[in-house]
Amino acid sequence: MKVLVAMSGGVDSSVAAAELVNQGHHVVGVTLRLWGGESDTGCCSVSDVDDARRVAQQLNIDHLVFNFSDDFNKHVVAPYVQAHVDGITPNPCIECNRHIKFDRLSERARILGFDAVATGHHAQITRATQGTYRLTRGHDELKDQSYVVYMLDQAELAYTMFPVGHLTKAQVRDRAVALGLRTATKPDSQDVCFISRTGGREVFLGNRIEFRRADVVTTDGAQAGSVDALELVTIGQRKGLGLPGGGPKQYVVDVDTPNARVVIGNEDQLLRTGLAVRNVTWANQAPSCGEKVLVQCSAHGAALPATVRCLDPLVLRFDAAQRRIAPGQSVVCYDITNSFVLGGGIADAAEPLTI
Amino acid sequence: MDAKINQLIDKNNLSDFVYLDHAASTPMRAQAIEAMAPFMDNVYANPSGSHRFARIARKAIDEARDDVAEALGCKPGEVVFTSGGTEGDNATIFGAIRRKGGIAVCSVAEHHAVLHCVEILNGRTVQVDATGVIDVKALESLLQDPQISGQVNVVSVMAVNNEVGSISPLRRVAKVVRANAPTAVLHTDAVQATCWQDLREISPLVDVLTVSAHKFGGPKGMGITMQRIGLDIQPLLVGGGQERDRRSGTHNVGGIVATAAALRATDQSRLTEVVRVTKLRDALVDSVLSELDDVIETVPRENRVPGIAHLCIAGCESEAVLFLLDEAMICASAASACASGAMEPSHVLSAMGVDPKYSLGSLRMSLGHTTTSRDIDRATTALVSAIRQLRRTKVAVR
Repeated sequence: MKVLVAMSGGVDSSVAAAELVNQGHHVVGVTLRLWGGESDTGCCSVSDVDDARRVAQQLNIDHLVFNFSDDFNKHVVAPYVQAHVDGITPNPCIECNRHIKFDRLSERARILGFDAVATGHHAQITRATQGTYRLTRGHDELKDQSYVVYMLDQAELAYTMFPVGHLTKAQVRDRAVALGLRTATKPDSQDVCFISRTGGREVFLGNRIEFRRADVVTTDGAQAGSVDALELVTIGQRKGLGLPGGGPKQYVVDVDTPNARVVIGNEDQLLRTGLAVRNVTWANQAPSCGEKVLVQCSAHGAALPATVRCLDPLVLRFDAAQRRIAPGQSVVCYDITNSFVLGGGIADAAEPLTI
Repeated sequence: MDAKINQLIDKNNLSDFVYLDHAASTPMRAQAIEAMAPFMDNVYANPSGSHRFARIARKAIDEARDDVAEALGCKPGEVVFTSGGTEGDNATIFGAIRRKGGIAVCSVAEHHAVLHCVEILNGRTVQVDATGVIDVKALESLLQDPQISGQVNVVSVMAVNNEVGSISPLRRVAKVVRANAPTAVLHTDAVQATCWQDLREISPLVDVLTVSAHKFGGPKGMGITMQRIGLDIQPLLVGGGQERDRRSGTHNVGGIVATAAALRATDQSRLTEVVRVTKLRDALVDSVLSELDDVIETVPRENRVPGIAHLCIAGCESEAVLFLLDEAMICASAASACASGAMEPSHVLSAMGVDPKYSLGSLRMSLGHTTTSRDIDRATTALVSAIRQLRRTKVAVR
């Protein structure tokens, strides 16, 4: 097959490319240039492109650079900024996968005559007995990334390859060492690629939006403190609320953006059993109402048992009350054996009325 | 040569390429390689030395300088050997402002080696028309603007645009600059002009002219700046003062000799090459336009150098076109590439006001002294089939 492999300059995608070459595919590597602004996280930097290109040279495959910075700004960065204005906690890496890697890039690959797109994600694509594709968790439980690619549907799964999904991270590094790849010991990227490590989210957003000062109030409406930037407050947060020390632990239980208020309460007041999810996509068929699923709400969070109460809009009821999921976070449903993705969406700001 | 590089060349069968990226770099001329060889080998002395061995190298530079002056239509003492077009542009613009202060002016469609200097110096840019040519009226109004009048100390206008190939009206530019900013240094980046225009007709119009050797068959890392004697320009590189204090650094003897040989060969063959390459370029564009709808020739032929065919293709993206051409062994280009190798949206096309529907599919095919009619036939076939594939699959994918 003719495969276009996205090479970030990291070890996973380097080994992914090597695996494909080893399997006898006609492999072309591509590095995406996504962010034109300044960043010191290393992502999209010339040195990462250098690493990807040097690995491609070692593997004796062609290497390209595609500039998708316009789309990245439109679909990832601008919505990230707007989400903070709207009091929502976005996940830009997931939006990048949705709009850039598995939309823009796979479209480009199809147009150019490639048979598949591959990435270094730790996830697996398997076949169910009826022949449909399953997005299965990566073999390495600690590194599993099925959560961040949950939006893949049957058409995309049929066109995608995850060549390192069946390996542990240690095995990936071992292979990189064995091949003498220069990325073998490169640390994993941890941060949002377009936000500099020195300035952080606060400086990035501060350069783009006007922060609003907000009162911090209790659920009874009593004034308790204040924050300088309402846009930086997230549900579940405990620190930086200008609260006096001592007393029971207080959490942000609601961000009231229209009235510029942060509502705090104790842990009980943060607990919810119901969760509404918008922009839902399913890997194959939607589950049925009343079906038991496991729900994961962060990249490395636990998958918790819940029941599908309603499909349109999707409403989930957790078996045991959980801390409220911040609106904007991705909510991914797995099958009851916790092995493959059913689908997912984005936690809604509006909470379900009936569960 | 490195065995690995040789392997790579074998794998890619370099002799079977169709090379249509001469504006990026053109193959070195045989005369240049031959001229350079002794200085890469046994004539290694530093020409600034005071022994007989040094004098051999010095003589080679002196003769090269005479040859260059002849081709540029200037005095040998006005020739400064540099590391390339970028150095020449930077040295002139920064040098003029550092010495005298004031404002730097250029067109918005200049090469970044000029544009970024002017931007860093908080200078002014002048609009271009729909063909990428500087709006001389706008330049005149700017120079007459009472707020900056008398403060403009350098004006830089390229002789030929490197992306679309349009030719600047330098005679009119010079007239306007001399009348309205008589003390300003008038500079032209003539990097893309050398192969196609007699520089003897351009050099009398300006105070400084820069060219780059690898665009006319010389080696990379070599350039020539023609700089009028007595101009107040602070050198960018100081040290040993080798180039009469206008530029320091040990002479690149082989590079200088090869540059002069390449320029001489270019100058001697220019008249016949202009006729030959114009014919090839027109054949390429005509056949592509006759086979496909919704492809535009970006600027009119009358005002364009022979070596550049610039097309804008609706319904295609440059990166995709280039990939398919590359697969078909055709080397072409789009806009300028950044350090990562990614294609940047063209500031030239956006300054010209080209509809994004077209500018997203921009393609530059540039011809040169090694281009043959067989190259043009192969490129035409490959390009037509690439565009058809992209337009067809795009509909299917959507």
